[in-house]
Amino acid sequence: MSATVKDYVVAPPASVAAAWPRHQVVAFLLMVVLLAIAPFFLYPIFLMKALCFALFACAFNLLIGYVGLLSFGHAAFLGSAGYVSAHAAKVWGLPPELAILAGTATAAGLGLVIGALAIRSRGIYFANITLAFAQMVFFFSVQVKFTGGEDGIQAVPLGRMLGVLDLHQTYTLYFVVLAIFLIGFVIVYRAIHSPFGQVLKAVRENEPRAISLGYRAEHYKLLAFVLSATLSGLAGGTKALVFQLASLTDVHWTMSGEVVLMTLLGGLGTVFGPAVGAFIMIGLEHWLAQLGAWLTIVQGAIFVVCVLTFRRGVVGELSRILRKPL
Amino acid sequence: MLIVKLFTIAVTLVLAAGAAHAQISDGVVKIGVLNDQSSLYADLTGQGSVVAARMAVEDYGAAAKGLKTEIIFADHQNKADIGSQVARQWYDAEKVDVIVDTPNSAVALAVNQITRDKGKAFLVSGAATSDLTGKACSPNTIHWTYDTWALANGTGNAIVKTGGDTWFFLTADYAFGHALERDTEAVVLKTGGKVVGKVRHPLNTQDFSSFLLQAQSSKAKIIGLANAGGDTTNAIKQGAEFGVVKGGQNFAGLLVFITDVHGLGLQTAQGLIFTETFYWDMNDKTRAFAKRFAERNRGIHPTMIHAGVYSAVTHYLKAVDALKSDDGTRVIAKMKEMPTDDPLFGKGTIRADGRKMHPAYLFEVKKPSESKAPWDYYKVRATIPAEQAFRPLDQGDCPLVKK
Amino acid sequence: MPTQALFGQLLIGLINGAFYAMLSLGLAVIFGLLNIINFAHGALYMTGAFVAYFLLKLAGLGYWWSLLLAPLAVGLLGIVLEKTMLKRLYHLDHLYGLLLTFGIALVIQGVFRNEFGSSGLPYGIPSQLTGGYNLGFMFLPTYRAWVVVFSLVVCLGTWFVIEQTRLGAYLRAATENPTLVRAFGINVPRMITLTYGFGVALAGLAGVLAAPIYQVNPLMGVDLIIVVFAVVVIGGMGSIMGSILTGFSLGVIEGFTKVFYPEASNTVIFVIMALVLLVRPAGLFGRTA
Repeated sequence: MSATVKDYVVAPPASVAAAWPRHQVVAFLLMVVLLAIAPFFLYPIFLMKALCFALFACAFNLLIGYVGLLSFGHAAFLGSAGYVSAHAAKVWGLPPELAILAGTATAAGLGLVIGALAIRSRGIYFANITLAFAQMVFFFSVQVKFTGGEDGIQAVPLGRMLGVLDLHQTYTLYFVVLAIFLIGFVIVYRAIHSPFGQVLKAVRENEPRAISLGYRAEHYKLLAFVLSATLSGLAGGTKALVFQLASLTDVHWTMSGEVVLMTLLGGLGTVFGPAVGAFIMIGLEHWLAQLGAWLTIVQGAIFVVCVLTFRRGVVGELSRILRKPL
Repeated sequence: MLIVKLFTIAVTLVLAAGAAHAQISDGVVKIGVLNDQSSLYADLTGQGSVVAARMAVEDYGAAAKGLKTEIIFADHQNKADIGSQVARQWYDAEKVDVIVDTPNSAVALAVNQITRDKGKAFLVSGAATSDLTGKACSPNTIHWTYDTWALANGTGNAIVKTGGDTWFFLTADYAFGHALERDTEAVVLKTGGKVVGKVRHPLNTQDFSSFLLQAQSSKAKIIGLANAGGDTTNAIKQGAEFGVVKGGQNFAGLLVFITDVHGLGLQTAQGLIFTETFYWDMNDKTRAFAKRFAERNRGIHPTMIHAGVYSAVTHYLKAVDALKSDDGTRVIAKMKEMPTDDPLFGKGTIRADGRKMHPAYLFEVKKPSESKAPWDYYKVRATIPAEQAFRPLDQGDCPLVKK
Repeated sequence: MPTQALFGQLLIGLINGAFYAMLSLGLAVIFGLLNIINFAHGALYMTGAFVAYFLLKLAGLGYWWSLLLAPLAVGLLGIVLEKTMLKRLYHLDHLYGLLLTFGIALVIQGVFRNEFGSSGLPYGIPSQLTGGYNLGFMFLPTYRAWVVVFSLVVCLGTWFVIEQTRLGAYLRAATENPTLVRAFGINVPRMITLTYGFGVALAGLAGVLAAPIYQVNPLMGVDLIIVVFAVVVIGGMGSIMGSILTGFSLGVIEGFTKVFYPEASNTVIFVIMALVLLVRPAGLFGRTA
């Protein structure tokens, strides 16, 4: 993904970090294989949930890991896309691919609006502005009729993907979701390992210097924000179809907190970290569901431990041991 | 490990796929109690419902009759996506035959749909929405304990008839609150009362002082609380502070449970009027049950939801035993055929739309001086016969009901 | 709406504002002086209310004792948290502090929820403060009047200590240049620890004030924390007086919203926060962004 050339005073760095280093390709292939055989051993619906959240976390990580902006309002994108996709499939009768696209587009638009307003701030103020907007989206979701309020949009129909793939078949649905995840994952990867990604890194490390070199830092940050929002929307739209349900949970601020936790646990700024973090968290939720409030305690404890001693996250630590970026 | 366990189950099922139909699936009747174990509704459903289910199985003598049963439970955390996920998993992978309880109307509606898709059984005790026997009615679901229509009608009717004819509504701003307000308002207007004002507050509001002030200035005789849980108790508590009752107005709780009263204390809750379908101190049978229940539930006495779980599971087992099968659709049909009889609700029936019929009661909370022991909180103001307590069969728009 | 009724709402808004002011004061002190974003504030507020409940239930110590002891207990807890965990994060981006305290909040809330479920626990208004005054346009409960007065005293007292006394000056200097202040022989780490303890003790105190009128339950701090955050951000994160003023004002604004558009009363603070941040990125009274 290349930025508009006219923004450059100096040409972009000639050697972009080799986009497909071997160990990452190996890790990627390993991930694909594991995910491909997983539904035959684990409950597919659980896996699909994990995949949607993994995509959400990857999208979120784009913003915090590579731009250095902590958004506390990403649930707005996940949830609003979910509502629009669910509505599109159920009420407008759109086929699944168009429904998901509609949701994704909504998140992109919302991302543009919120991003344009929020991007001027930094640090805690940025986090607060994104939270404020997310709360407004939440309020809107509660008030507006089409979202169904507390009930949410239920019984979202599945239909046939691209007219051919019958999503009522669990395995078909699974592989469609897997494909969507992989597409999103690759988009994030390409965004990071590209001239665009390099500029983002420069902006994160020393914004005034990047600006003095002629890069319009605000534009880059906004673009990253919109991309992050769009892919979060893709995750949200897909999730609404998988569960055949869109609810207020997905726009509540605690959902924003969860994605932070997943990404932190997996490893901020790593390629595979967010996905790993998402799988671990969803697995934990699943496993601890019987224990009620213990889940919150464990999540809190993980936060604490991660921040104090495990800041690199699972994949980050693994990278450090292997001495190769993952 | 969970993975191995699931894998083994999957393989076993594939191998056992060719089993005959008219028998208990896997030889076990598996009951799943799905409710809120950790938040807003944990005390009025939660572990208590699991206890109630277990007591029902034991009292029925399932083991002695050769019926193998198993009870599992999970926390849906009041989230429709978690609830529907657990339900799917239970039906697909864990071979659960029936799900019971499920407070929170959004979750119940989701589980209702999934149960129907998979041909299992769903016995709702906790949820309130009357849509479960209306637009969303299903041949796989029975709505047991109460619903929004019963609450609105019981409380609304009775209060207007005893002189409470001007109302001000304090409504939680979400679907359940709106529905309760709408249903109650209809009843109030029908019986000749007036609604002089309403205000909608966000769900989980901490501070009601502003809304209570509006209620006080409306001079309505009755302040209808179209909300539940913490919102209701907070409103009542702060109402006491602002002298609402002393000033001559009365609260009508539209959804109140004995655990709420316990949390508020009689000093604050006295005089509150509401409708429920069960109270532990009604007769010897309910008292005996309550004693055994409380021993197993940390001293907390049974709410009507717990009682509903007990009653529903008992009747379910009778139907399964009669049919010698746990096929969801067939068992529900059988349950509708058989009249019900249990120590908690007495004799009753189940209608074609899945509505369990039993009388409702208008209760008033005792003054502290009138209460002789902990949990001795209610006095009965009126008994509403089953036929009047619930929405008439032809008014529900249930597709299962032949016009 | 008649003017009389409006006065009533104004008064109620002020009362709520008092809570916001006290809670955001604690947060502002902690952030302004320590640069820590204390997301655990809501959970510690809840802990204060529970301590009051337990003091009554287990030791028979009533409200007035709790006003003294609960903040001490919560403050002690805060000191422990600071010494064992927060200390290690000072050299890092302060967003880590936010995440850590968020985690701590989850743990505290989870533990309480496990033990006590979510229904409220009863805590009565102390007998000296029951009843109220009929002001004509409304009935003002004595207890609520007490809350406003007491909070005002605490807030102004704190502001005075920090902005006008030497101790406060040391604290402020220590944030700006800890090494230099240390060189003057002042035990900076201990000051920081005690300041954190004080900040959270304020939260605990707010919890005790809340116990008689809101239900004492494990979730009482959860949605409150983001509102209080908004208050602090609007006021300007470094400014003590800013958060006091903003707290009271926002209470009033929220009160009016409850009259004219009640469904939005939970959200109006966020709308204001977004607007303020767009126009003045450091908040109304804040220092550098």
